[in-house]
Amino acid sequence: MSATGAATAEGATEHRPTAGETLRRIVQGDLSAVRVVLGLVVIAVIFQVQEPRFLSAENLTNLMLQITTIGLISVGVVYVLLLGEIDLSVGAVSGLSAAVMAVLSVKHGWNPYLAIAAAVVVGAAIGCLQGSLFSRFAVPSFVVTLAGLLAWEGALLQVLGQTGSLNITDPKITGLANIFYSDTVGWIFAAVIIAAFGAVVAVGYRRRVAAGLEDTNPLPVIVRFVFFAAIVLAAVAILNSDRGVPLAVMILLAFVVGMEYVAKRTTFGRHVFAVGGNAEAARRAGIHVNRVRIAVFTIAGSMAAIGGVMAASRLFAVNQNSGGNELLLLAIAGPVIAGTSLFGGRGSVWTALLGALVIGSISNGMDLLSLSSAVKLMVTGGVLLLAVLVDAVARQQRQTSGRV
Amino acid sequence: MAADGTPLLALEGVSKRFGPVQALDRVDFAVHAGEVVGLVGDNGAGKSTLVKAIAGIYSPDAGSIRFEGEEVRIKGPQDATELGIATVYQDLALCDNLDVVANLFLGREQVAPGPGQVSRQLDEVKMEHETADLLSNLAVTIPSLRSEVGTLSGGQRQQVAVARSLLGEPKVVLLDEPTAALGVPQTKQVLGLIRRLRERNLGVVVISHNLADVFQVADRVFVLRLGRAAGEFRAEETTEEHVIGAITGVGEGGERNNQQAGEGEEA
Repeated sequence: MSATGAATAEGATEHRPTAGETLRRIVQGDLSAVRVVLGLVVIAVIFQVQEPRFLSAENLTNLMLQITTIGLISVGVVYVLLLGEIDLSVGAVSGLSAAVMAVLSVKHGWNPYLAIAAAVVVGAAIGCLQGSLFSRFAVPSFVVTLAGLLAWEGALLQVLGQTGSLNITDPKITGLANIFYSDTVGWIFAAVIIAAFGAVVAVGYRRRVAAGLEDTNPLPVIVRFVFFAAIVLAAVAILNSDRGVPLAVMILLAFVVGMEYVAKRTTFGRHVFAVGGNAEAARRAGIHVNRVRIAVFTIAGSMAAIGGVMAASRLFAVNQNSGGNELLLLAIAGPVIAGTSLFGGRGSVWTALLGALVIGSISNGMDLLSLSSAVKLMVTGGVLLLAVLVDAVARQQRQTSGRV
Repeated sequence: MAADGTPLLALEGVSKRFGPVQALDRVDFAVHAGEVVGLVGDNGAGKSTLVKAIAGIYSPDAGSIRFEGEEVRIKGPQDATELGIATVYQDLALCDNLDVVANLFLGREQVAPGPGQVSRQLDEVKMEHETADLLSNLAVTIPSLRSEVGTLSGGQRQQVAVARSLLGEPKVVLLDEPTAALGVPQTKQVLGLIRRLRERNLGVVVISHNLADVFQVADRVFVLRLGRAAGEFRAEETTEEHVIGAITGVGEGGERNNQQAGEGEEA
């Protein structure tokens, strides 16, 4: 405990974690995650009481499939939120990118992988353009991406042309959202994921202990691992008892884990947090602030495109509504509900998944109860407002307690 | 006293003009290794301009700068950093949402060896280790290296900012109002840290409005008034009244003017 070693120089007593702090570490210092999980439990109980099909394996599998598009788009949105910016164009970009893929695949007979790659390139290029405009001319990102929202919706109509709708027939593309793995493969996935998680946690923990750093209490590490393994096993068991583990869910998880790694463990991610926390401090520390901003908007555009491809695959089509409706707001609301701050510098990519789960559960449950769109929209709006208020109150509390 | 011999950093006849305002007028200024110089003066006396000229933010209109006896040109902050001149500005420039380790290594993150190099994976363990070593060397007390800087007290934040400036292994450290807005115990911590910088044989320049603080740590007090050197005193041989006289231009403080101060104050 070398940090407290420094502290004892002035007679500080040895630091012993309290039960509360241990609990905090279990949830990786992110109490908002607990809040969200509790919220999910409440939502599940409410809907289960009213409609016993809610927690059935079939419906849970449907729920997972329903959230993949929003979850994928939200992964990019999280990065933008970490900068303290916003991207209102992600919905439109997802629609346009999917339309580009559909046109190339259906009308021009492109190889499906090339068509998907083209969609991602379109999304990335749009994000790069918007990020450049925002950082080069210091136009608020709100305005740049609002202009983008309109322009890319127009481009979607243009690309789709007269028919206004394109049916996707390529099995490689439709398979993205419609392939389910067998039970055996599902269990293999579970084993590999748990083993990988355990290895990462163990190696990290052993390095910290070897280096003699603080945080060497093994209990939180073990508890975290057991929790994680239990969740993975339960999820696979549920999915296997219906149609099996869907490819779409694996894709979503891969992006969440990968982008969380980039955000929390790499130099680039550190710079994203720094720019979101204090852009001037980041600039003075030699970080290329504008490059970070452009990269983040490029990520947001790319993830929007990937989400759009997934949506098209699920729908077997791209139409004039693709990427429209409330998709944009839900993709931004999800991470905010799950604890990524709108004010920048705080959050994690996991909130993309958790937030999509919250929003997806509410929407799915209300569908099961056959509630009208009017009620659905009002409830979803209320949940978003509540989440933003919680975020704002948390920020105020930090400020009054001397944290900024 | 370590103030003998060639100064680490010496400014000779440095002038800087902003339009009609002569912010610095032929100022001679020097810092030796292992010496703390208090730079004092009224608002608008040219303290900040002088520091910014050294830090490479402004380039002087006239005069020369010598570093370790050799004439150098400081054209930008990068040049200053490369020479070994670190500046801690009053607003500290810390990221409140990041922890102590992340702030210390901001912009010079250590990358893990092996496969992590491709993604430029952070070597958190190494950075935390080095942070712990540096802070304990400086006897800086922070409750946890993993606490967000925004949760720290003003004194702790100041100490983190100073510690961060030391990562580049500088020879001269410029501190802009390090004790402004700090309480008594926190001021004591920061002044203690400044003394430890001197023990590490660094040249330290402290800009301050607070003469009491300056007298507690400075070996020498350098007074600027209206852009000119208005007096230079050995802290142990003078009183606050003398220095205030030089700052305000009233009384006898101004009699040791810059001509004298330029050469051999030990003589």
